Amino acid sequence: MWRFIGFRTLQAIPVIFVVITVTFFLVRAAPGGPFDDEKAVSPQVQAALEAQYRLDLPMHEQYFAYLADLLRGDMGPSFNYPGRSVDELIFQGLPITAELGFYALLVAVGIGVLSGVIASLRPNTVQDYVPMSLAMIGICMPSFLLGPLMVLVFGIWLDWLPVSGWDQSSGDKVLPSITLGAMYAAYIARLSRSGMLEVMSQDYLRTARAKGLPERVVVIKHALRAGLLPVISYLGPAFAGLLSGSFVVETIFQIPGLGRFYVQAAFNRDYTMILGTTTFLATLIVVFNLLSDFLAAWLNPRLRYQFQKGK
Amino acid sequence: MSETTQTLTESAEAMPRGVSLWQDAWVRLRKNKLAMIGLGILGFVIVICVLAPWIMPYGYEEQDLRLGASAPSAAHWLGTDTFGRDLLTRIVYGGRVSLMVGFIATAVALLVGVSYGAIAGYVGGRVDAIMMRLVDIFYALPFMIFIILLMVVFGRNLFLLFLAIGAVEWLTMARIVRGQVQSLRQQEFVEAAISLGLPPTAIIFRHVIPNVLGPVVVYTTLTIPQVMLLEAFLSFLGLGIQPPMSSWGLLISYGVESMEEYPWLLIFPGLALSLTLFSLNFLGDGLRDAFDPKASKD
Amino acid sequence: MTTRISRLPRGGRNWLVLAVLALLVGCSGGEDGGGSSGLTRVEQGNLDGVLHFGNGVEPEGLDPHIVTGVAENKIVSALFEGLVAKHPETLEPEPGVAESWEIAEDGKLYTFHLRQDARWTNGDAVTAEDFVWSWKRILTPELGAQYNYNLFSVVNAERYANGEINDFDLVGVKALDDYTLQVQLNSPTPYFLQLLDHYSTFPVHRPTIEEFGSISDRLSPWARVGNIVGNGAFTLTEWQINSHVRVEKNPNYWNADNIRLNAIVYYPTENLVTEDRMYRDGQLHHTQEIVLDKIPVYQQEIPEQVKITPWLGTYFYMFNTTRPPFDDVRVRKALAMTVDRDLLVETVMQGIVEPAYALVPPDTLGYFPPKTFDYDPERARELLAEAGYPDGEGFPAFDVLYNTQESHRRLAVALQQMWASELNIPAQLVNQEWKVYLENQDNMNYDVSRRGWIGDYVDPNTFLDMYVTDGGNNKTGFSSERYDEIILREAPATLDREARYELYREAETLLMESMAILPIYTYSTKHLTHPSVKGKPSNIMDHVNFNHIWLDPTVTTE
Repeated sequence: MWRFIGFRTLQAIPVIFVVITVTFFLVRAAPGGPFDDEKAVSPQVQAALEAQYRLDLPMHEQYFAYLADLLRGDMGPSFNYPGRSVDELIFQGLPITAELGFYALLVAVGIGVLSGVIASLRPNTVQDYVPMSLAMIGICMPSFLLGPLMVLVFGIWLDWLPVSGWDQSSGDKVLPSITLGAMYAAYIARLSRSGMLEVMSQDYLRTARAKGLPERVVVIKHALRAGLLPVISYLGPAFAGLLSGSFVVETIFQIPGLGRFYVQAAFNRDYTMILGTTTFLATLIVVFNLLSDFLAAWLNPRLRYQFQKGK
Repeated sequence: MSETTQTLTESAEAMPRGVSLWQDAWVRLRKNKLAMIGLGILGFVIVICVLAPWIMPYGYEEQDLRLGASAPSAAHWLGTDTFGRDLLTRIVYGGRVSLMVGFIATAVALLVGVSYGAIAGYVGGRVDAIMMRLVDIFYALPFMIFIILLMVVFGRNLFLLFLAIGAVEWLTMARIVRGQVQSLRQQEFVEAAISLGLPPTAIIFRHVIPNVLGPVVVYTTLTIPQVMLLEAFLSFLGLGIQPPMSSWGLLISYGVESMEEYPWLLIFPGLALSLTLFSLNFLGDGLRDAFDPKASKD
Repeated sequence: MTTRISRLPRGGRNWLVLAVLALLVGCSGGEDGGGSSGLTRVEQGNLDGVLHFGNGVEPEGLDPHIVTGVAENKIVSALFEGLVAKHPETLEPEPGVAESWEIAEDGKLYTFHLRQDARWTNGDAVTAEDFVWSWKRILTPELGAQYNYNLFSVVNAERYANGEINDFDLVGVKALDDYTLQVQLNSPTPYFLQLLDHYSTFPVHRPTIEEFGSISDRLSPWARVGNIVGNGAFTLTEWQINSHVRVEKNPNYWNADNIRLNAIVYYPTENLVTEDRMYRDGQLHHTQEIVLDKIPVYQQEIPEQVKITPWLGTYFYMFNTTRPPFDDVRVRKALAMTVDRDLLVETVMQGIVEPAYALVPPDTLGYFPPKTFDYDPERARELLAEAGYPDGEGFPAFDVLYNTQESHRRLAVALQQMWASELNIPAQLVNQEWKVYLENQDNMNYDVSRRGWIGDYVDPNTFLDMYVTDGGNNKTGFSSERYDEIILREAPATLDREARYELYREAETLLMESMAILPIYTYSTKHLTHPSVKGKPSNIMDHVNFNHIWLDPTVTTE
């Protein structure tokens, strides 16, 4: 099993390297430069700006210089925020987005797994339709709709919760967490329902039931494990996606998180910031996919056996 | 190449039960009331959208600036938007775009994702590792920059839109299918097929894929709405459809800004989308149950 | 079977309760400010003298010589002060760091007398030498200051900025003594005093900048909390990107006794709907925008809080005059004449802007632009026929480029329909992401494109100098020898205002006769302002002078 983890960790290095390289050239190929603005910039100023950010060097020199800096842990200065480094900005936004993502995931897994499992126990009955229809709301209402709608209802009409901010007044984390979590809740509900249904009819569960085990034990001990496999393989990319996909929610609720940096950097053609956030995201994706694969292997008895054998 | 074709036809002949799998499924689907209602609604929506140019009394671009946004009335059943354009007409035309994007882009994602995931999961080992790390790389690349570049290289057209969306959505599908296939591969019936000496393509397409249809169908019904909304975002970046044409995603995003003043501009497009998605889901669940290979044993 | 299963949901309920509990515990974590006292942020702010200001976007920086945006301007002008300031209502120059000034007869020599009690936030005196060094900094070629051209009317400034000369002593700015600054201009520049209230001409604190980097270092952190030293009425105390910037009253400011705000908090309110909700939730005193569809509602319900004011800016479309069919002036005129501006303004724009028929907004410091054409679809069809497209026949499909934004989309959709129904020509709308849109404009890769221009100072020149031949902001291919002659040579040399305006009118007539641009409306600024905010009159520059603002806690909206 340790070999599996070691192997996968080693594989992460070329993945991240390829992502950095492709992104480096991708952003420079994109139309529009970091200094383009409504008012024209004179050629002299443009040249001075390029020199300040090493853009006057040949492409391959820029690339190697960037890699060299990166190895020292320096992601360079932000193009868009003079006087700030990319490292600083990422580490400012990260804890906030991670916290938001954590709550959102809590909402998503809590509601999603619960309603999915409940629905799967008595398929095609009211016990199935009601939770699944509720879960559908998360799909039919994208966050750009759900967010403003909840703000209007709970923030303005009922005046129960703050309409924006993060860590500024009590309760301001509730609406963004739910908004971000809703869509994932819907996905998880559907994936866990179908996963459970798949498993419930399998032979080993029949055997378990035939042995006279109470249904609760059958479901929790045996079915959940295998039935939630699709959810597990979904969670890895979902969490990484949560971090980059929180942009809309962060904008609606004025949250100074990483998601906004990630998207704004692309709009601003902030080369170093795009590279920095992308590198960071790539690392996260690799780590979380690794975790979810590992968890899936651990939950799946057949694969687990294989691991132990392969050890 | 001729060899592969031969083995494929051979395996098709060797497996007469394959045909009855689909027939079986259809029989079971028909028994599922909710799924049939879903199918009915979906069929209705599709027919209306396809026939739009012939049955709609207004043009989708026809403005009446002086009328502006007006609430539902006898002349305009669902009201008008800020340009005085008939909302019903716009929803129906928007449906053409949304359904087309939804189905075609999802089909692309499905095709690529399922085959990719199935191959990776089935073959395993080094091939699997490389294929899945490639998926990781695609996940991590900055999607927006990628889209902006695509737009510049290919100009704007709908085909490109499908391609871009498909290029993103197949990744998760591939991961899910791969996970399923990996666990299926160890099961008795697959091992039996291998020991019978069936070629891998036959095993993958005859035995493995039908068995992962459940999660695939479910994930597909989840991908369609995602794709429809992604289309609105791509239109924002300048890829995708341009005004005066619209789509459900765009209509909803415009409706959000004035949800208090002109609620109908949000509610009706939202209802159209929700109705379609609900139908799709019930149909999807029905299909999932119908394709469940174990269900047939009961 | 039912009984056995029914046990699970109960277990499930426990999970749910746990999850909700965890969420609530987590969410109740942050509790500072607001909330607890039961007052809204605005009500609390009224008591404490803290203004909560919706500022549109996140400032990119606070270094006066590097920033370029409107949002930055609002903060930088609270942190720094130039030689002169502007009266918040009339926009007339009023004393800033300079107590008084003299302008020589020929209009080219300015002598500023600095006040002796002006101080930097660290207690240092603000001297004439500070200005000389600051102007040297913004003109230093390696710094790459986008707005260095604001000083190009100073003798030799442009040559120094372009690296043609290396001796700053040749540039026309001198400290005669600690408190006397003399500036020599190339030509009488009537709006020069106005530029001295622009952040590009503000003084910066030399020891601080040199502590954190060189004179040409863009990337130094000197303008950060804890480092920055300014000379304005406020000083920077908090700056969290994408959250807020907080500035507090500077006790060392020479006029601190008359500053009534204790602090200003700026919020980057990018999302209009969010800004609207924040205002209604009592989180903001002032919004940067109002959602278009909400204007009629607010005008009915809270008319005293809706501030709509003409703005020194024009919204227009431009033609690529190098590309057929728009290389034909008749085609351009036909398109311009079929735009029913009155209808557009009344419907799409909710009646809050004025129709425009020329580039310069009317009454720009007494200047009125010529009106060379009117809404006339009949004549437009004739012109189109003369150009070879009777009833739009054979007219090629063309693209109308605009950057992605709701208001641009609305206008484009309406124009598309007007051209289709009146001229029977097929416009295709193309919205593009901002940077792509800019790049296509720069490369003249468009047919018709949306454009807007906001004046930097109140003078027709800030608009008209865009269209000199090959000017960086021209982007239409418009070129006229006479036009260049007026803008570059005759007008700057003319001292008399009326004579100068006459020249500008001649130039603008040339521009409009060629119809290289298609004016649509004159901008308005739209703000919601809480009635407790006093001393903030509206003006055509949307200029905010925070030194005059105060909050009246006795005023509520209830």
